[in-house]
Amino acid sequence: MDITVNILLTIATAATPLLIAAIGELVVERSGVLNLGVEGMMIMGAVGGFGATYLTGSPWIGLLAAIAMGAVFSLLFAVMTLSLATNQVATGLSLTLLGLGLSGMMGTSFVGQPGERLPNLYIPGLTEIPVVGRLLFGQDPIFYISIALTAAVMWFLFKTRTGLTLRSIGDSHTSAHALGIKVIRYRYLAVIFGGACAGLAGGHLSLVYTPQWVENMSAGRGWIALALVVFASWRPWRVLAGAYIFGAVWIGQLHAQAFGIPVPSQFLSSLPYLATVVVLVLISRNKRLTMMNTPASLGQPFVPDR
Amino acid sequence: MSANQDGTNLLEVRGLTKIFGTLTACDHIDLDIARGEIHALLGENGAGKSTLVKMLFGSLEPNAGEIFWNGQAVRISSPGVAKKLGIGMVFQHFSLFEALTAAENIALSLDDGSPISSIAAKARALSFSYGLPLDPESLVGDLSVGERQRIEIIRCLLQTPQLIILDEPTSVLTPQEADKLFETLERLRSEGKSILYISHRLEEVKRICDRATVLRHGKVVGHCNPREETASSLARMMVGNEVQAVVRAPVEGIATALPLLEIRNLSRKPATPFSIPLKGINLNVRAGEVIGIAGVAGNGQGEFFESVSGEVLQQDAVSVRIRGRDAGGLTITGRRLLGAAFVPEERLGHGAAPRMKLSENLLLSRHATDGKAFVGSGGMVKSAAIQAASQRIIEAMDVRKSAPDPEAAALSGGNLQKFIVGRELDRRPSVMVVNQPTWGVDAGAAAHIRQALIELSRSGSAVLVISQDLDELFEISDAIAVMHNGELSKPMPIAEATFEKVGLLMGGAEPGHAEHTLETA
Repeated sequence: MDITVNILLTIATAATPLLIAAIGELVVERSGVLNLGVEGMMIMGAVGGFGATYLTGSPWIGLLAAIAMGAVFSLLFAVMTLSLATNQVATGLSLTLLGLGLSGMMGTSFVGQPGERLPNLYIPGLTEIPVVGRLLFGQDPIFYISIALTAAVMWFLFKTRTGLTLRSIGDSHTSAHALGIKVIRYRYLAVIFGGACAGLAGGHLSLVYTPQWVENMSAGRGWIALALVVFASWRPWRVLAGAYIFGAVWIGQLHAQAFGIPVPSQFLSSLPYLATVVVLVLISRNKRLTMMNTPASLGQPFVPDR
Repeated sequence: MSANQDGTNLLEVRGLTKIFGTLTACDHIDLDIARGEIHALLGENGAGKSTLVKMLFGSLEPNAGEIFWNGQAVRISSPGVAKKLGIGMVFQHFSLFEALTAAENIALSLDDGSPISSIAAKARALSFSYGLPLDPESLVGDLSVGERQRIEIIRCLLQTPQLIILDEPTSVLTPQEADKLFETLERLRSEGKSILYISHRLEEVKRICDRATVLRHGKVVGHCNPREETASSLARMMVGNEVQAVVRAPVEGIATALPLLEIRNLSRKPATPFSIPLKGINLNVRAGEVIGIAGVAGNGQGEFFESVSGEVLQQDAVSVRIRGRDAGGLTITGRRLLGAAFVPEERLGHGAAPRMKLSENLLLSRHATDGKAFVGSGGMVKSAAIQAASQRIIEAMDVRKSAPDPEAAALSGGNLQKFIVGRELDRRPSVMVVNQPTWGVDAGAAAHIRQALIELSRSGSAVLVISQDLDELFEISDAIAVMHNGELSKPMPIAEATFEKVGLLMGGAEPGHAEHTLETA
C-alpha cells in the first residue's frame, strides 16, 4: 500500500511543474501570443528560487523570487513582441536560449550547494488518514497551487467577462481593436501571467522536486508544457489530464527500467511522450470543438494603424 | 429631414485630413449630419470613405481638422470614446469573432458588466422588435453573412447610439435581405437616430438617403439630394467623368456550340467545420457565352472555385472536363495547359504574391503555359520577354501605377485586379473562370474588366463568373445560375431572369426543384 501511495505522490510531483507552466502558457496563447520561451522562463525561475532560498534561508522567499523572476523575464518578451512587434517565434526561441545561458552563469556559485525544500503540508489528524491522507493533505504547497490555478483559469476564461475579452483577442485582434478593447494591454498582462507561472514551475523544480541547483535542470519540461497546450487544444482540464498522463507514464517507465524488464530503455524513455500525444489526440478528435478553441490570431504580431 | 430643433447638427466635421506617407487619403473634409437623417457617403474605391469613417469611429487619428458632436469639439481617440459619445459602426468586413456565440459577440461590445445570460435575452427581444430574428446561442462561424450582419446591427443598436455608421452594408445581402435592412433603417430614422450610409450602389442611395456627400480623391466634390439625381448623374459626380457603359452583343446559335467547360456531378465534402459541402453540381459553359453564378457569400462559391481551378483535386476525373478532356485529377498547371485560366477572389496572397513585382507575379502564374517564351534553356528566366509581356498587359488593361514595375501590394485594389485579370486574358484562354471579378473595384475599372470578359467570350471562349454583385451579373451574363448551400440551380437565360427570381433562389427557394423538395420533406 505504501508503495502505491509513494508512486502516486511522485506522479503528482512530476506532473505539477508541467501543469503550472502549461496553464500559464495556455492563457498566453488564448490571448493570441505564442511564447516559445517557456523553457527559458522556467529555468530562470529555478535559479532565482534556489538563489533566493540560498541567500535568505527561506524557501518561501525563494518561491516568491521564482515567480518574480519568471514574470520579469517574460516582460522582456512582451516588450519585444508586443511593443516592438518582433516575430514571436524568433523572440521566444531567443528567450529560451538566453534563459538557459543566463541561468547557468547566475548559478555557478550555487552548484553543489545544499538546498532547502519547501515543507509539505501537514494537518494533524487529516494527514494521518491512511492512503488518501497523504495524497490529499500531505503534499507540497505548489501542488495545491497548481490545482487551484487550473480551476481558477477555467473559471476565468469561460465564466468571466474579462476571460471572454481575452479569448476574443485571441480569436481576432483586429476585431477586438475595432470594438475598443485594449489588445496590447491584455496581452501584456497575459504574457506576464504566463511568465509568472513558468517561473513558479521552475521554482518547483529547485525547491521541491530536487532541492538543489543543477545547470539545465528544467531538462526540456518547458517544451513539453508548450506541446501539452497544443495537444490539449487550449482547454485547461485537458492540460491537467495531459500533465498527469505524462507524469504517470514517466514514473511508470522509470520503475519498469529499475525492474529491468527486457525492453530497450530508449523505448521506455520515449513512452511518456508517445502516450501523452496519443491520448490527447484521441480526446481532441472533435474537429469542430478544436476549431472553436484554437486562437485564430495565434502568433500574429498586432500593429494597430493610427 | 433636417430636424434641427436647436440649430446644431448632430455631427459636424471641419477640415478633417489624414495623410499616409505621401498619400493624402482625406483632404480637408467637411461633413454635416443632422438629427434623424440618412446621409449617404459616396465615392469610388480609394476616394477616402473608409478612412473618413475610421476617423469618426476613432480607429484612425486625423492629422488635422476638427470634429464637433452636438456642437462641442471632441477628440475621438479610440473606438471606446466613439461609443461613449453615441457613435456606433457596422463594419464592411465584419468585426465578429467566429469562434464565439452570437450572445458572446454582443456582450463584448457592451461595457456595462451585465451577465451574458441577460444580454442573450435582451438581444433576442431587440432582434424580434426590429424584425431581425437571431439565435443568441448560435456560433458565428456557422452563420450566413446576412445573419452575421444582423448581429453587427443588433450589437450596434444595443449601445443605443445616436449616429450609426454603415459601411457598404448590402454588398453581402440578397435583395430581399437588403429590403429588410432598409425597413430597419427607416424605422431608426423615425426614432430620430442619424445614419451615415456608405455604398456604391446608387439605386439604394436614391431610395433611402436624404442627403449625400460625394468624395473623390480624398476631397469633397459635392453635396446633393440623391432623390433629385439620377444614378448616372451620381456616378458622374463620383468618377469625375462619364462611366463607359458595358456593351453585351447578343450571341446566336449558342445551343449548338461546343461546351468547353463541363462540370458533371461535382461533389465535395466540407474541408473544415465552417465550410460548405458541394452537392452534385452540373454545369456546361459553351464557347461564346458568359455564365454567371450568383449567391450570397459563403454558400459554397469558394469551394466550387477551388474544385474547378484544381486547387483541390477531384476523386472522379470526369467531374471537371476542360475542352473535352477529363481534368478532375489535374493540378492547376495541368488545367492551365489545357487552355483554362483562373482568377481567384483574393487578390493579395492568392491571386498575386504581395511583396513580388508585377513581372515576377506574371512569371509565377504563367511559367508553365508560356514556358518557351519566358524560360530559356537550363531554366534561365528571360527577363526582357517577361517585362515586355508585363508592359503589354499594363497597357491593355490601363493599369495605373507609381513605379515602372511595382510590388503587387503597392497597387490599389482596382489596379491590381485589372492586372491579374489582364494577366490571364493576355493568354487568350479558351476557358476563363473568375471569382468576384470586380469586388472592391471602382466603377471605371469594373466596367473595363467586365467589357474585357464579354469580349473574350465573343471571341469564342467559355467564361464563368462567380459574383455576389447582381448588377454585374445581369450586365455581363448570358445565363445566370444560383448557388445556395452547396447546390447550383439550372442556369436561367438572361432574358428570363429578374432580380426577384434570382434573389429568391439566393435565399434558398427552389422553384425548379419543387418535386425534389417535397420528396425530401
